[in-house]
Amino acid sequence: MSAVPVLSVDSLSVEFRTRSGIVKALENVSFAVNKGEMVAIVGESGSGKSVTAFTVMGILDAAGRVTRGTATFGGLDLLQAPEAALRDIRGREMSMIFQNPRVALNPIRRVGDQIADVLLQHGNVTRREAPKRAIEMLQKVRIPDPERRARAYPFELSGGMCQRIMIAIALACSPKMLIADEPTTGLDVTTQAAIMDLIAELGKDQGMATLLITHDLGMAAEYCDHIVVMHAGHIVEAAPTAELFAHPRHPYTAKLIAATPKPTVSLMDLAAIPGNLPDLRAAEIAPCRYSARCERKQTRCDQALPQVLGDVKNSVVACWNPL
Amino acid sequence: MLRLIGKRLVGALPSVIGVLIVTFLLTRALPGDPAAFFAGPAATPQAIEEVRRALGLDKTLPEQFVVYLKDLARGDLGNSIATGQPVLTEIRTRLPASLELTLYGLLVSVLIAVPLGVLAATRPGSWIDHLCRVMTTAGVSLPAFFTGLLLVYVLYYRLGWAPAPLGRLDIFYSAPPHVTGLYTIDALLAGDGATFRAACAQLLLPVTALAIFTLAPLARMTRAAMLEVLGSDFIRTARASGLPKGKIVYAYAFRNAMLPVVTTLGMVFSFLLGANVLVEKVFSWPGIGTFAIEALISSDYAPIQGFVLTMALLYVALNLAIDILYIVIDPRVGFES
Amino acid sequence: MSETLKHIRYVLTENPVTLFAFSLFGFILFCALFGPYLAPYDPLATNGAATLQPPSGAHWFGTDALGRDIFSRVLVATRLDLGIAFFSVVLTFAIGALAGIAAGFFGGWVDRVVGRLADTIMAFPLFVLAMGIVAALGNTVGNIVLATAIINTPLYARVARAEANIRRNAGFVEAARLSGNGEARILLMQILPNILPILMVQCSLTMGYAILNAAGLSFIGLGIAPPTPEWGILVAEGAAYMISGEWWVALFPGLALMTAVFCFNLLGDGLRDIVDPRRRT
Ligand SMILES: Nc1ncnc2c1ncn2[C@@H]1O[C@H](COP(=O)(O)OP(=O)(O)OP(=O)(O)O)[C@@H](O)[C@H]1O
Ligand SMILES: [Mg+2]
Repeated sequence: MSAVPVLSVDSLSVEFRTRSGIVKALENVSFAVNKGEMVAIVGESGSGKSVTAFTVMGILDAAGRVTRGTATFGGLDLLQAPEAALRDIRGREMSMIFQNPRVALNPIRRVGDQIADVLLQHGNVTRREAPKRAIEMLQKVRIPDPERRARAYPFELSGGMCQRIMIAIALACSPKMLIADEPTTGLDVTTQAAIMDLIAELGKDQGMATLLITHDLGMAAEYCDHIVVMHAGHIVEAAPTAELFAHPRHPYTAKLIAATPKPTVSLMDLAAIPGNLPDLRAAEIAPCRYSARCERKQTRCDQALPQVLGDVKNSVVACWNPL
Repeated sequence: MLRLIGKRLVGALPSVIGVLIVTFLLTRALPGDPAAFFAGPAATPQAIEEVRRALGLDKTLPEQFVVYLKDLARGDLGNSIATGQPVLTEIRTRLPASLELTLYGLLVSVLIAVPLGVLAATRPGSWIDHLCRVMTTAGVSLPAFFTGLLLVYVLYYRLGWAPAPLGRLDIFYSAPPHVTGLYTIDALLAGDGATFRAACAQLLLPVTALAIFTLAPLARMTRAAMLEVLGSDFIRTARASGLPKGKIVYAYAFRNAMLPVVTTLGMVFSFLLGANVLVEKVFSWPGIGTFAIEALISSDYAPIQGFVLTMALLYVALNLAIDILYIVIDPRVGFES
Repeated sequence: MSETLKHIRYVLTENPVTLFAFSLFGFILFCALFGPYLAPYDPLATNGAATLQPPSGAHWFGTDALGRDIFSRVLVATRLDLGIAFFSVVLTFAIGALAGIAAGFFGGWVDRVVGRLADTIMAFPLFVLAMGIVAALGNTVGNIVLATAIINTPLYARVARAEANIRRNAGFVEAARLSGNGEARILLMQILPNILPILMVQCSLTMGYAILNAAGLSFIGLGIAPPTPEWGILVAEGAAYMISGEWWVALFPGLALMTAVFCFNLLGDGLRDIVDPRRRT
């Protein structure tokens, strides 16, 4: 592991102002991603995974506000940097791919042109070269017959094909960092594996740092070096993959793993964890946002914020009464 | 794409048939006994029978419809009682005046409404957003004939910036040589700058009145469509790829937002053609609207039928043009499963 | 129920514009009901000694070419204009709601017939069709009401159709079916009440169009005959004087017309917030 991480997020808190009050979507979130490493963020729906990714990319909704924290990327705090600097980083040094690739592409623009747009913006290519480079990118993400496909519109392509196009857009300028927000949601199982293999392989080739956001603990285990578990806007546990599976310390992690008998089962399918996420709009949320659902709850869990206890090297757990 | 366009052309047929049937029924629904009406108040029963046969009113309704269609095919819309001229001739000479008004009205309202809607959507909560909202709600509440009168009072009577609201050209000018029938274009073709300016001056107020009325639905739709598109996933992708704001708003969002706006153009045309009639009256505009109003007042039915038919066919044609425009700009049309 | 009341109160206090629209509506209704008793002058009484007087303490809105008091005429006209719009909307509601719901609920040929009829009406520029209908059926107030109703029906039927279609297999409809209710009964007793709020919103928006349309028709000389006071006619009577500077003759009836339409449009938007909080803009 290299000493300086590519991306390091520290004590990040994000709020949304809505009609029905302030949503404390993220609180005190810290993690880091190193060069060549793939880190997973797992957690159930609404736990704040996407908000984390959007904040780092600087594409949060207008209603969202960073109240605390830093996100350091290449020596620059992304949360303080001016918009022009961020725009230059996005797509060139740090890229993102999204879930539902079919709606994540411009429906009335040819996919080759969409790749060329990014190349022209960042890639130091001329208008004449751009289409050729776009076709090369299509080749790189293993799209058969790339010349013809470059002229296709998204609606003419399958979901898996669209996700490959998304990857081609994201990797067109060989970024140092890729954020993949549930890149396989909405694709069938065999396509899922192919897409993940492609991301892993291209990442390794380019020595890229990858942040994988997923519901699927099995997928995280298969591809990632390090896993961050989120719950209701908090990081409850983070550890190297083998360590996390061998010795989960947080009760929530333990439940997740117990509820994932086979690596292919998605967290979405599981009703096994009792209770729901707390209402993040409440004026006073319990310091430990899992306490209402927790079987190991003690009286001190209500009093102060659960401490973040360092344990094994590189791992954290936010619990008063860890396993 | 040509096949699609052909399909749309065929798809417009039911509308045309519907229009023909309705206008036919309107002709037959004349108040009282049309034969008695046409024969005049002093006619004997035999004379009325005579007229009935002459008008073909003794035949069954379907037979009459066939006759009506045959007349139409020959371009026979009947004669105007007031002028004695064939209705078709009257409409043909007056249509360019109406078209010129309508087209400029549409042009101006699009040129104002679309940028306004886009600006409002890209700056939600700003003064331009509020302006857009006020204009859209107030705009649909302002009858075009009333706006027209206010404009006449302020810009003609008070300020004297506009010429008197009396037709297409000031009496000191003569109409340019007929090419398209649109005075502005014909004047330009003839290289007659003075007449062009005079025609524009006459157009200024009625076009403004029309544009204010039709601006509202367009601006409202543009704003809504832009807001919707700007919140969609592919815009997020474009932002995450570091594309500049201008490119995102215009090349990505705007082109997508225009699709629903083009579909509402149909409704806008309906508004526009209706308002056109009222505005023509206010400005003594010698178009087919004024023609129809004069006929209405003197219970002269053939011109009214001709007018309704012409407007309806014009509207069907405009809708068809919108459909074809849509096919051209949206690659997905015709591929939906 | 108290939930609904709370929501209505929330919308009214949250959105002062809606509150304003409701108050304005109350005011217009008041004018329609009591206008004839409150008018300071007889709206038809001419006065050769006071023609074309600008607004003054005696004649708030001035007088017209025959010396009639414009304020009284505008006030008294409220009832007629609102009445025409109201009855045409009732007619639109009766035809449009039933046809639309039947089309959405039964589907099949009913849907196709209703759809074709609606499309045929929509193939005309609506105001032009209204002109044609009044010309053909006869130049009477009743036919103005009818023509206005006919041109507003397709849009209305479309809304009703879409809403009924969503609900045709909803739980409460299935329940009614299982307990042995006939389809027609389900349509009237279950579906209609369920989509009534949405239709009422549409009614308010249609009122605005109906007023505009009726005034437009009488502006070009259809329907109501002078000297009956009606906003469209009053504007038409004042039109000629705009060129010679007697602005008040056309301005005040025009403003009244505009205010009424504006009020119903605002009201429609406000009602939509109450009925369907999701679709706020
Ligand atoms: N624009 C927004 N306005 C208000 N609240 C928001 C907004 N975006 C996200 N949130 C809130 O932030 C929380 C986290 O949402 P987020 O989308 O990050 O969840 P997620 O973990 O990505 O879930 P999923 O797996 O469904 O994508 C949710 O409680 C959500 O309600
Ligand atoms: Mg998400």
